[in-house]
Amino acid sequence: MEKKFFQTSIKDSLFTGLIALALFGPIVGLRTVAKNEVLEVHPKWFIVLIIVIVCAVGRFLTNLYVYNRDQKTGIQSSIGKSISNFLDTKGYQIALTAIIFSVIFPFLPFTDRYLMDIAIMMLTYIMLGWGLNIVIGLAGLLDLGYVAFYAVGAYSYALFAIHFGWSFWICLPIAGIFAAMFGVLLGFPVLRLRGDYLAIVTLAFGEMIRILLLNWYQLTKGPDGLTGIPRPSFFGLPFKSFPDEGEQTFHTFFGVEYDPMQRIIFLYYLILVLALITNLFTIKIRRLPIGRAWEALREDEIACKSLGVNPRNTKLTAFAIGAMFGGFAGSFFATRQAFISPESFTFIESAIIVAIVVLGGMGSQTGVVLATVFLIGLIEVFRDFESYRMIAFGGAMVLIMIFRPRGILATRKPTITLEKSSSK
Amino acid sequence: MDTAYFLQQLINGVTLGSVYGLIAIGYTMVYGIIGMINFAHGDIFMVGAFIALISFILFALTSIALPIVLLLTLLIAMVFTACYGWTVEKLAYKPLRKSFRLAPLISALGMSIVLQNYVQAAQGARIKTLQPVIQGGFTFMEDTGFTVSLSYLQIFIVLVTIVLMAIFTLLITKTALGRAQRACEQDRTMTALMGINVDRTISITFIIGSSLASVAGMMFVMYYGVIDFYIGFLAGIKAFTAAVLGGIGSVPGAMLGGLLIGLIEVFWSGYISIEYKDIAAFTVLVVVLIFFPTGFLGKPDIEKV
Repeated sequence: MEKKFFQTSIKDSLFTGLIALALFGPIVGLRTVAKNEVLEVHPKWFIVLIIVIVCAVGRFLTNLYVYNRDQKTGIQSSIGKSISNFLDTKGYQIALTAIIFSVIFPFLPFTDRYLMDIAIMMLTYIMLGWGLNIVIGLAGLLDLGYVAFYAVGAYSYALFAIHFGWSFWICLPIAGIFAAMFGVLLGFPVLRLRGDYLAIVTLAFGEMIRILLLNWYQLTKGPDGLTGIPRPSFFGLPFKSFPDEGEQTFHTFFGVEYDPMQRIIFLYYLILVLALITNLFTIKIRRLPIGRAWEALREDEIACKSLGVNPRNTKLTAFAIGAMFGGFAGSFFATRQAFISPESFTFIESAIIVAIVVLGGMGSQTGVVLATVFLIGLIEVFRDFESYRMIAFGGAMVLIMIFRPRGILATRKPTITLEKSSSK
Repeated sequence: MDTAYFLQQLINGVTLGSVYGLIAIGYTMVYGIIGMINFAHGDIFMVGAFIALISFILFALTSIALPIVLLLTLLIAMVFTACYGWTVEKLAYKPLRKSFRLAPLISALGMSIVLQNYVQAAQGARIKTLQPVIQGGFTFMEDTGFTVSLSYLQIFIVLVTIVLMAIFTLLITKTALGRAQRACEQDRTMTALMGINVDRTISITFIIGSSLASVAGMMFVMYYGVIDFYIGFLAGIKAFTAAVLGGIGSVPGAMLGGLLIGLIEVFWSGYISIEYKDIAAFTVLVVVLIFFPTGFLGKPDIEKV
């Protein structure tokens, strides 16, 4: 018995090695390099050999030690469960600690410009994740074109701010309204489609918006992008080192030295507040009838229909509200970068946001934060290995779906339950 | 002039449509059998194009006659790309058969990102250019002021597509394998009870789909002469549109849809606007899904409690 098992394992791993050779032989082993306009092939057999050996030996070892065991209860699920339980019981304190930490973060001694930039980026993704969580997590609609609303928000903010000179606080709601309008416009015809069709159609919409931005040169300056987007001001006080004659700036008004960090810190608090508003909104709306209808619709559409919930309108509100928060995040992005081009709104951005929501556990607000810190941290750490980090990123999506299809924090308990009058 | 221009667009459209049709078959077969959209299929097509490119470069160093080179490249591309399709199914989709509905789609999305960046890492991000393999062709209607040309390459592409289509139609309608596939489409549990190896049937479906996609990839690299690691994304969406237009789950429908999408795209760029040619395919996708989601030759999909 034992021997037979050993033999099959050897056979199996040899087969794995053969498949690995077929997979990596041509693509990795024969690298095409352009020389004088003609492609040449540069063999790289050594790397292929290593990969094949690793695959075969790895398969052999997993056969021996992983699949051999009777009990296959993964460690991951128990870790995830204990994290979920921990967050359930201590959720309030943890959230409070996290918020306090993020409030004092800019003034911590080790915080520098680089960390602040990453923190701002993470908060932008957290906000986008929370916005998309309304669509995916609550209403259960897989939207692969969320970046379209981000782009609409960014471009409408930029265009209004450049052409009309309106301030950030006027343009922000306008950008949100525009994005929500797009959400309704795009959502109206397609929301009755089933899950995977909806995913592809939203993806197509995302690409359409990008192609439109790329080609509508008169309005968007096409691939050149929009430059000179006004920076936000502190309630009318701009951040400038050399104010114009008679102009009040942030540092002259408060009588402090000018420091470029002031603007960064202001941007940080701006996105923190925007993100927290998104979160608060989601937490509140989950308890309202509309939020409950979203979650019910996610679980069983036919049951909802028979109970008198209008699926299309309900989905449409989720889509529009999610889009609105995407638009807010987009206008923040535009004002922070002061330059936007269609390059920033490619499909991969949508994929990252979807991955954040899915990895975090659809519907879990804390999960979005954890997933963002993990994924964006991963992408930052491996900044120098552009394509390898995306391989790891895509691979992580597959692995999560296999081992924890509900995400790290898989909480599917109902937001509202009937409270029993008798004490437990 | 007008007829000549129209005829030229028609020729180009049919050629492009053959490529889309071959990719669309992979989508439609996989959807038929396990009910998921194989998002990574476009990237399998891209891998096939790369393998064909490498094979062409290697054969250019030898002095083998052109027809044999074409045949060998076709076989090499099909075999190696089929390995990719098979592995992707085993790694990313098979463990998710019983998972919730969106799980395979997200997994496929991850696989698509992996494949794209893997090819980028292994082969470089630059555009790859292939010298023309088949040159020459017919020209006619020269007196009208606009010369219509029909290259040997276009004839080759359409012919190979027709031959492969005929072979696979026979395979699906006449053989035991085809019967097993159609049975799996209807009821997997019941099919398993009848003594058919469902896992194997699904694997073979992926192998067939991937090898057809690799043929499309080979055609693509021969026809356009330039490829990069990103071609799978757009071609994948367009081929998916073709599959939906023809009626997802139906193999002849996929071919018909591919032809239509190729024609729509070529005529759109010929008569309306070349910048927005990708929007044409997307618009068709949205319109078809909204107004007749079953497509031309598809069966209605009724959701039951």
